[in-house]
Amino acid sequence: MLVLEKNQISAEIEDLAGYYGGNRTALLPLLQFIQKKYNHISDFAQQEIARVLDIHPVEVYAVISFYSFLHSEPKGRNIVRLCRTIVCDMAGKEKVEKAVERELGIKFGETTHDGRITLEFTNCLGMCDQGPAMIVNERVYTKLDPEKACKILSEVK
Amino acid sequence: MHNEVINTIHQGGILFGNYSPGDAIKKALSIGRENILFELRESKLKGRGGAGFPTSTKWMLTAAAQSDEKFIVCNADEGEPGTFKDRVILTEYPWLVFDGMVIGGFTVGAKKGIVYLRGEYVYMLEQLNNYLDKMRKEGLLGKNIGGKAGFDFDIEIMLGSGAYVCGEETALIESLEGHRGEPRNRPPYPVNTGFNGKPTSVNNVETLAAVPHIVINGGTFYSTHGTSASTGSKLFSVSGDCERPGVYELSWGISIHELLEIVGAKDPKAVQVGGASGICIPKTQFNRKLAYEDVATGGSIMIFNESRDMLHVLKNFMEFFVEESCGQCTPCRVGNTKLLEGVEMIESGEYTFMYLNKLKELGKTMQLASKCGLGQSSPNPFLSILENFKEEIFQSNGNGVKHGKK
Ligand SMILES: Cc1cc2nc3c(=O)[nH]c(=O)nc-3n(C[C@H](O)[C@H](O)[C@H](O)COP(=O)(O)O)c2cc1C
Ligand code: SF4
Ligand code: FES
Repeated sequence: MLVLEKNQISAEIEDLAGYYGGNRTALLPLLQFIQKKYNHISDFAQQEIARVLDIHPVEVYAVISFYSFLHSEPKGRNIVRLCRTIVCDMAGKEKVEKAVERELGIKFGETTHDGRITLEFTNCLGMCDQGPAMIVNERVYTKLDPEKACKILSEVK
Repeated sequence: MHNEVINTIHQGGILFGNYSPGDAIKKALSIGRENILFELRESKLKGRGGAGFPTSTKWMLTAAAQSDEKFIVCNADEGEPGTFKDRVILTEYPWLVFDGMVIGGFTVGAKKGIVYLRGEYVYMLEQLNNYLDKMRKEGLLGKNIGGKAGFDFDIEIMLGSGAYVCGEETALIESLEGHRGEPRNRPPYPVNTGFNGKPTSVNNVETLAAVPHIVINGGTFYSTHGTSASTGSKLFSVSGDCERPGVYELSWGISIHELLEIVGAKDPKAVQVGGASGICIPKTQFNRKLAYEDVATGGSIMIFNESRDMLHVLKNFMEFFVEESCGQCTPCRVGNTKLLEGVEMIESGEYTFMYLNKLKELGKTMQLASKCGLGQSSPNPFLSILENFKEEIFQSNGNGVKHGKK
């Protein structure tokens, strides 16, 4: 990581922590912000967050490891989360799953070689009346079928 | 923002009935705390998040707690499989929830409201924040709300990050405080020791949305709907095998059979009421009523028709719990894994009834010994599906033979 980028991360963390009063309640918003901007929460970012909030870096890591949307290892530029819960399952999730895997040449849990897409399963997205459903980054897609899902993913940059 | 979310709403006239945003706040400020609590008690409103605790009692306890700071928290974590009513309220009727929070703040003496919005719903964030800004401009949030000197209240939205257990109120508070979302022992209850150790009332989205109507129309009006123990209307999130899935506002006390007619369920074999942690009702019990006194529910209704494999349904639920258990206590962490293994044994035909009976005992132990509602209720589908669908699961099962009628 370049020194400049490090300085920038530190400044961002200090700003945002200040906005939330500089105490531990800032932790989740901080992690969400870093994750969104840098795609994962690096060791350096974890240490900086720990320093600014005055807690042990292990505490930061413990929180990251608890939440399924936060991660310390880099993933693809786009994260695709397909609902695996029963209503979407009955609506045809498996066909969508298989088609997407074929199309991208990877399995769920993996990332494409060009780092473009990571495929993950998730639990009920609250879209059960219009499943199968998935979230690509922050955007929701519903009533998927194999062709539609593959088309959506082919348009992701 | 461009999402593909379509809200199919079937209105029932109470929660989704006439209401002009802000009106209930003004009325609440004019009638005062005592009268708000009185109307709320008369309405017999119970929490819509699943546990069904009387809302007036919760607010009274929070109001009575002595502290320099208090909080109203809106639980918008909506993670129970098959539930999406809070999504519909927040996207179509956000003013009901926010007005309810302001009234709550005024009643219990809180200056701050926090909405804990599940990370999956981040797409709503901008619209909700815009609405809060609008309220600030109209003097419905901020200082001296509605011209009432000294009544300051504001609302902030915090996001979750993908953890079902954070819907449990003490886990939610842990999460807000920047910790892992691990449930606390209760007591002490949040009404005394909540967010940052201060008195906090945690209320479900739908509960808060009912408050403005009760303030405007009076508690007696509300309690005339539904049954005597389950008053008012309820939003049901209906999904699965039916022609018209969506959110339905219906009176409490409606039978499962009636509901199935309304939503156009052909050939239903079973209905899972209350989500993964709820219970599975077989056809023979479709005359049972949806109400706190019979089949209680936070509103999730998942319909399975004759072609569905109930063992597969059960397996999906158990996988859900194994993934979502916070792992803090042994009955739940180990118990759910054992129950899932049991389901897999049945699936492969390699089980003994002696062992399955032990697993049922284990399920009962989990209900008693788990620390929070997740582990206390996760054995429900295991126990109810194995009991109610014995024939399908055990008689049609030879090695490698598929379950269900498929
Ligand atoms: C595992 C678990 C998950 C829960 N998830 C939610 C939820 O998503 N939304 C909710 O309002 N209540 C949820 N609850 C219930 C809350 O703990 C709490 O009872 C509720 O928010 C209180 O609000 P109410 O009285 O308005 O229902 C959950 C409980 C458990 C044990
Ligand atoms: S019952 Fe399960 S979710 Fe609840 S505290 Fe124990 S391990 Fe965590
Ligand atoms: S089951 Fe997939 S969104 Fe609810």
